[in-house]
Amino acid sequence: MPTRLEDPMTDVRPQGSADPELAIKVRGLRKSFGDVHALDGVDLEATPGTVLGLLGPNGAGKTTAVRVMATLLKPDAGEVCVAGLDAVREATALRERIGLAGQYAAIDENLTGLENLVMVGRLYGMKRAQATARGRELLERFELTNAADRPAKTYSGGMRRRLDLGAALVAKPPILFLDEPTTGLDPRSRLELWTTIEELVAEGTTVLLTTQYLDEADRLADTIAVIDQGRVIATGTPDELKDRVGGQRLEVRLSTKEEAPIAARALAPMGDEPPRTVGDTVRVSVARRDGLIVDAVRRLDEAGVEVDDITLRRPTLDDVFLALTGHVAEIADDEEEEAA
Amino acid sequence: MSRLVSDTMVVAERNLVRLTRAPDLLLAFTVQPVMFVLLFVYVFGGAIIIPQTYDGYAEFLLPGILVQNIAFGGFVTALGLNEDLQKGLIDRFRSLPMARAAVLAGRTLADVVTNTLSVVILTLTGLIIGFSFDASIIEIAGGLGLLLLFGYAFSWVFALLGLLVSSPEAANSLGFIAVFPLTFISSAFVPVESMPSALRWFAEINPFTILVDAMRALWVDQPAGNSVWGAVAWSLAIIVIFAPLAVARYRRAAGR
Repeated sequence: MPTRLEDPMTDVRPQGSADPELAIKVRGLRKSFGDVHALDGVDLEATPGTVLGLLGPNGAGKTTAVRVMATLLKPDAGEVCVAGLDAVREATALRERIGLAGQYAAIDENLTGLENLVMVGRLYGMKRAQATARGRELLERFELTNAADRPAKTYSGGMRRRLDLGAALVAKPPILFLDEPTTGLDPRSRLELWTTIEELVAEGTTVLLTTQYLDEADRLADTIAVIDQGRVIATGTPDELKDRVGGQRLEVRLSTKEEAPIAARALAPMGDEPPRTVGDTVRVSVARRDGLIVDAVRRLDEAGVEVDDITLRRPTLDDVFLALTGHVAEIADDEEEEAA
Repeated sequence: MSRLVSDTMVVAERNLVRLTRAPDLLLAFTVQPVMFVLLFVYVFGGAIIIPQTYDGYAEFLLPGILVQNIAFGGFVTALGLNEDLQKGLIDRFRSLPMARAAVLAGRTLADVVTNTLSVVILTLTGLIIGFSFDASIIEIAGGLGLLLLFGYAFSWVFALLGLLVSSPEAANSLGFIAVFPLTFISSAFVPVESMPSALRWFAEINPFTILVDAMRALWVDQPAGNSVWGAVAWSLAIIVIFAPLAVARYRRAAGR
């Protein structure tokens, strides 16, 4: 016999389990496009005033996740709570509290910088004068004052991204979504944008950033979630993730592959684990320190080995990614064996 | 509701301001119809047999070419919306706490302004080359209103088109393929009596014919039948069907 215990008048809690401690809380998020599972059960968390980095290759599902959190897409399943608001049921209220800057500068190239910002401000419900004042403030902040009255099509790539970020900040949103904000930017513009993002976080903004670049996630993110094929395969601080990948890798290519065993013996004391040899190349994982290459060259010279090329590689996204997916696969294999 | 109105005005203003920054587009808008009028009147005009009740081909043609032109006015909406979609602007608009229908309502409202401009230019051209009104001020204004209403309805068709296709080029081609036969298999350029029976059957039920006949009734005092009310009904029906479809599409529109 069904009984109804709750009194609808007294139950005023929001339907989503809003957690005031978290600026972003995603549980079991799924989204498919036809047969493609773009998001296959994603969990994410960000505390207020921090940067959560979504790291992953193209097609991993990063953009889909951002689009769901920014109310542009409805999830198939799961709970998406941003700024304490449910992204589906309370989408309208949530739009007042988020800013979105995408992979492409979403600005009207035929409008001036100021006109772009005023338009966005008025669409947030500001009066024209208020929107103009806010627009000028943002142009000042992003060093676009001199270009304020020029059509945006005359702007450089870096200026467009700054204007785009300005548009996302018009309503001073507590949550900012940045979808690959520096893709396609030159190194200088990239650094400037990083500095701006750091300033915003220092002022208390929570940022969700997607990126393909480890260095970007490394510099900006407090927490990184590595995404692949619609799943979060690792979460942690940048240092935690790098520890899982290991340190740097020393690669020595020899003149003749017959000398490889000698070279491997000479380099063995430097490595965390025994060197591996493939043809004429010897690879060894090394802890990061100064003078590595000099040390390696001296050892090889003492052993009388002729060297063609010697390189020291830092972990790249590829390394992190390969290491992480490899690790996950091993665990899965072990579990299967145990179960058998 | 007041939010819908104010957001619509902001978007309409944006679209009109950006038009002034793309003078080539504005030129295409104004020069192309003038060119069409001149070509039709001077190249085909002498060869087309029109009913005795008309005082020359210019008088027959102008209402027709105005209707064709107003149907094409919505092209700017298709191209503009598709460009906004590709550039991520629609994503931005959809992430803002603005009225859902405002982006499309503002876009189509801007078309009314540009349509008015091109109707005026075309009518002045017509007056120069031999068209003359046989109508009261009220009938002239009524004809203008009818044209703009029909153009507004077509802007919603083009809004849906712009949100459905993958590129502005595709919007352009598909729009032409759809609108050209509709305007040519109508009473716009030649009397439907001169067409083979199958085409004539189509031409007589074609809303473009109904609208052209209504314009001729209002502006050059030709027999109207039910065409004025028919034209209003068609315009309203197109809006009632296509505006909700376009807005529904907009709400699910995905950039790129």
